[in-house]
Amino acid sequence: MSAGALTGALAEHPALAQWVAFPAPGKVTIYTGKVEIGQGVLTAMRQLAAEELDVAPERITIESGDTARTPNEGFTAGSQSMQFGGVALRQACAEVRARFLALLAERLACKAGELSIKNGSFQRNGKPTRQDYWTLAPSVDLKQKATGTAPRKPVSSYAVVGTDAARLDLPAKVFGEPAFIHDMVVDAMLHARAVRQPRRGVSVKAIDEAAIKKAARGPIDVVRHGNFVAIVGADETVVEAAAVAAETAVTWNDVEPLNPQQQEAAWLLQRPSIDRTVGAPEPAATGTSYEASFSRGHLAHASIAPSCALAEFNDGHLTVWTHAQGVFPLRASLAQSLGLAPAQITVRHVQGPGCYGHNGADDVAADAAIIATRMPGKPIRVRWRREEEFAFEPFAPAQVVKVRATLDASGKPVDWTAEIWSGTHSARPGSGHLLAAEALPNPPAPLPHADVPDGAGGGATRNATPLYDIAAKRIVQHLIPETPVRTSALRGLGATPNVFAIECFLDELAERAGQDPVAYRLSILSDPRARGVIEHVAHMAAWKPGLPSGTGRGRGIGFARYKDRAAYAAVVVELEADETIRLLKMWCATDAGLVINPDGAINQLEGGMIQAASWVLKEQVRLDREGVISRDWETYPVLRFSEVPEIEVELVKSDSDVPLGAGEASGGPTAAAIGNAVSHALGVRVRDMPLTRERLMATLLKT
Amino acid sequence: MPQTINLTVNGAPTQVTVERDDVPLLAVLRNALGLVGTRFGCGLEQCGCCTVLIDGAAEKSCTRPIGAVAGKSVVTVEGLGTPEKPHPLQQAFLDEQAGQCGYCLSGILVSAKALLDKNPSPTRSEIAQALDGNICRCGSHNRILRAVAKAAARMRAEARP
Repeated sequence: MSAGALTGALAEHPALAQWVAFPAPGKVTIYTGKVEIGQGVLTAMRQLAAEELDVAPERITIESGDTARTPNEGFTAGSQSMQFGGVALRQACAEVRARFLALLAERLACKAGELSIKNGSFQRNGKPTRQDYWTLAPSVDLKQKATGTAPRKPVSSYAVVGTDAARLDLPAKVFGEPAFIHDMVVDAMLHARAVRQPRRGVSVKAIDEAAIKKAARGPIDVVRHGNFVAIVGADETVVEAAAVAAETAVTWNDVEPLNPQQQEAAWLLQRPSIDRTVGAPEPAATGTSYEASFSRGHLAHASIAPSCALAEFNDGHLTVWTHAQGVFPLRASLAQSLGLAPAQITVRHVQGPGCYGHNGADDVAADAAIIATRMPGKPIRVRWRREEEFAFEPFAPAQVVKVRATLDASGKPVDWTAEIWSGTHSARPGSGHLLAAEALPNPPAPLPHADVPDGAGGGATRNATPLYDIAAKRIVQHLIPETPVRTSALRGLGATPNVFAIECFLDELAERAGQDPVAYRLSILSDPRARGVIEHVAHMAAWKPGLPSGTGRGRGIGFARYKDRAAYAAVVVELEADETIRLLKMWCATDAGLVINPDGAINQLEGGMIQAASWVLKEQVRLDREGVISRDWETYPVLRFSEVPEIEVELVKSDSDVPLGAGEASGGPTAAAIGNAVSHALGVRVRDMPLTRERLMATLLKT
Repeated sequence: MPQTINLTVNGAPTQVTVERDDVPLLAVLRNALGLVGTRFGCGLEQCGCCTVLIDGAAEKSCTRPIGAVAGKSVVTVEGLGTPEKPHPLQQAFLDEQAGQCGYCLSGILVSAKALLDKNPSPTRSEIAQALDGNICRCGSHNRILRAVAKAAARMRAEARP
């Protein structure tokens, strides 16, 4: 980072007062646009600020994700919170620190180098000056802009960053205190449920209000605005009963049946697509070529709780409480949908259940906001039903990845093509519409079909180019504009299917070359940090070349550098497989550069591995003619406690002062390591996720 | 017709008045009694977020009619311990940083309490089986298993004369 450059959102919000305040003696407030979504980000942000300001963490409180108070840092997504948001906050704190030191040096007529800070108090040559941040604060104008020139503390002096600070939010959750948006209670709050359109754009045929009211067995109101229908009442149980009845009591015009085949990724291959090629020009065909096709179906975020929001419309001002990943983008979308100016809307983040991407949080906020604007003065709480979340959240798109490689005489790839078929990986506010907005009398115009831009890490193309030393690499992308279900971002986006394809195919190439998978990878990989994690995980797992395949017990490896610019991760999985798969042990080595909170990073990496194991072994959204039929935990099973193996995660030491996003780094490598271990155990390869009993049986019977 | 139902909640005799006796226990705990520690996850008895102890047994509260717990003793996560006086399970969960989003933890703590009441020395696999009715979506499973084992060990040590 060059002097003078401002990182991340600090460039758009250079005024220091937008990041740091000294509200009362001994107290510091920091402001971040990043939000807690179960990943521990606020704990890590506080460590960064405490370190750079030299103030005890306990003195610092955090304001996060509030359109009225915090900087606009877009979405909390893409493993970017530390790498960009954290670095911006660190830089802002360094600037603040430098301003205070400069002022005191001037007052004491000494060199700034003679001054130091201990828990907020300033010392000169190690002796107290009787000055601290709070005595000097009235004289320091934090409305001034950051210059990007303030020196940062050297990493070697860090005392708070790099330690396992305990999660700030955990005690409330362990003692059952109000901790989530679901637990918010506002005076005179009404409960509400939306009645979802079975397909986007369909119109109401009839509403049997009598049937709804009979089922409710208590007072409710039916609110209708265009094709948006909702049930509102004071008693949540009554409202819930009415909402269940409304599923059949409200009928719709022209509901096109779905085709159950649409749940399979292979269906994408026959669809119209928007095509592009990036990377090396078409190869001059020399050498032997191989290809293989990999896929996965649609995945649900399947957050542990259905989405929830509160909204209140008073005197022309809308306040929305949400667990969405981006309060500013949500505000912009709400303003557009409701015909309000952004200044008429305040959006505040409140913690919700674990969030792994664009789930129903934005949409339920729109539901609450629409109802609130129809019922001014009444606080409205909407909590989706479990079935509603499973059926209407935006899903991760199904994806097919066909990999083609041309090999040299020694069996190493010299030309590589990844051809990808997928729907979009982003329908977030700004790239897509809020679900209920499409039911309003004047629905917003369709947005152009697009995927996540390459500059933001790509969507379907994320991690589609292997990091290995291959002379020519290219991606052929087929973006499928019309998909049977709405698709958007899920942790890792296209990286999961792409890394699965790349790393499984590499094992196939290693086998053809008669080489051990680890040795083969290292023979075509020169990035030292990449080699570092692969060697490290091989050591952790006591990897031995030459174990026979087809014995029913297998082990596999997977590697990627997330987005080619975040953390490096390598995973080894050991398992048993016959017609079912039993995970025995998983190991992960990660190089995440500067790690703010090692235990927090390990927790995220471990969680990513378990979630990826669940995706690979179990998960797929199921469709029939009516729509989504995987609407509960029985029809959308996830990994349970007794199916989770022991896991070891180690962080590879790094001298870097740059944090590399780690929250999504372990998923792709884990998926690939499982795919490779299953192949090793069975002696045959299953290339389509999830690796269900039916798929394993079908593959075994073919051989 | 409003009905009055008597039960014991976290050791305290409690009287609730409900319009109908099929209101779920979870709704009464959260909305009438303000005990929001017991979380709603699915309403289908599948995820375990709403687990409470009913006469000592771990039960899902999301579909349990309030009428069916009349006269019974209900213990929620709030009844396990407090920040000042944490239950060994709660302390162990903090020590192990056993959680990510934490939404599942109330139900898991209660299920673990029911396990340790019956089996003070569970193996990893016994703990996992006891928690199979509780879903954790973030992937904190191993930390949670470690925390339960740690709490069990501490409770055994304390129980020794």
